[in-house]
Amino acid sequence: MRLHLLALLAKEPAHGYELKLALEQTFGEAYPSPNIGQIYVTLKRLEQDGLVRSEDVEQTTRPNKRVYELTPAGRETLRAWVDEPSDGPRIRDEFFTKLVLAPLAGLADRMELINSQRRHYLGIMRNLTGLTPSSTPAGLLIEGAILHLQADLDWLERCQEELV
Amino acid sequence: MSTALLCTRGLAKVYRSDPVAVEAVRGVDIEVGTGEFVAIMGPSGSGKSTLLHMLGGLEPATRGEIWLRGRRVDQLSTAAWAILRRRHVGFVFQFFNLLSNMTVADNVELPALLAGATPRQARRRREELLGELGLADQAGTAPARLSGGEQQRVALARALANEPSLLLADEPTGNLDSTNARDVLRLLQRTHERGQAMVLVTHDARVASRADRVLHLFDGMVADDAPVLRLPRPVNGVRDVVELHG
Repeated sequence: MRLHLLALLAKEPAHGYELKLALEQTFGEAYPSPNIGQIYVTLKRLEQDGLVRSEDVEQTTRPNKRVYELTPAGRETLRAWVDEPSDGPRIRDEFFTKLVLAPLAGLADRMELINSQRRHYLGIMRNLTGLTPSSTPAGLLIEGAILHLQADLDWLERCQEELV
Repeated sequence: MSTALLCTRGLAKVYRSDPVAVEAVRGVDIEVGTGEFVAIMGPSGSGKSTLLHMLGGLEPATRGEIWLRGRRVDQLSTAAWAILRRRHVGFVFQFFNLLSNMTVADNVELPALLAGATPRQARRRREELLGELGLADQAGTAPARLSGGEQQRVALARALANEPSLLLADEPTGNLDSTNARDVLRLLQRTHERGQAMVLVTHDARVASRADRVLHLFDGMVADDAPVLRLPRPVNGVRDVVELHG
């Protein structure tokens, strides 16, 4: 979450609760429910690392709030994150090792393994296609998951053609 | 014979081109119940389109039997098949196959007229279908002026014009972008929910996952035939299926 908070702070200084709201509004339900305690802990660590600094702002009717802003080091870290390409998706190697090894040990038939894996993927797909996204980012994430799953199914067919 | 809407026994297709004979479909037994939605998947070359074409009488079978509504149909003549299709089998193709020199309305009315409906009946049915598929405003348009997704919806309307017992579709979303594919999928699903039996050949797992049952063809044979699993629904919606990392 560190980099997400840095990115939000690059726009404007904010306090913890505003950051929580901003995450919720930006990603909708797609974001793994930002917990306020976790946000405060993360901000404290970012401050220890010199990536943000904070200042107490007095409020008349409520306790003071602590407002955070990005430091130059924080901006640099954020820049590096944005510029760096993200890792590609990992191949589902657990199933693949099963597929290769299980028949060698006489534990399973490859066709059956592939069939049951396909059934499982189609079950997941059924759930994905039944979801109603609450926001554009959530919709795009579902679509991403659908495309990955389609690729997994295509790959399963390739495994079937080569190994069965 | 079975009471299923559609069933095949030992269905096979051999393409001969001397001296080579290629067995595209090698003994397929399937059953489709009334109102059932069956998806056929499989790698390219596994025989799925050939199978579908045989089921719709678009290609003769080399061996085996096809029973539709309790009647054996694999030995029908081309002309008899054409009549049977008009009443009982709707077909949707990957590349829409609309008649380009006719308007959208005429494309949808033609099957009803061929089946003996009066022009008034055909028009009423066409208006109803195009309305449902969100194409009422396009009735007077030439198919070529429509997007792929719209053309496929017209093709679906045409296939449903005579309220067929069985709808066959060959890669109905295969040539569509993601948004159009989603629209066509939604319509197919609604059609199925109203009790339409369908057999779809598809590579698109989104489409297959909405079926009651998925058949997987491999090397011209049925390698798997199973209902689509109903996994526990994700409780937290999107959050359960994607994970954002920092």
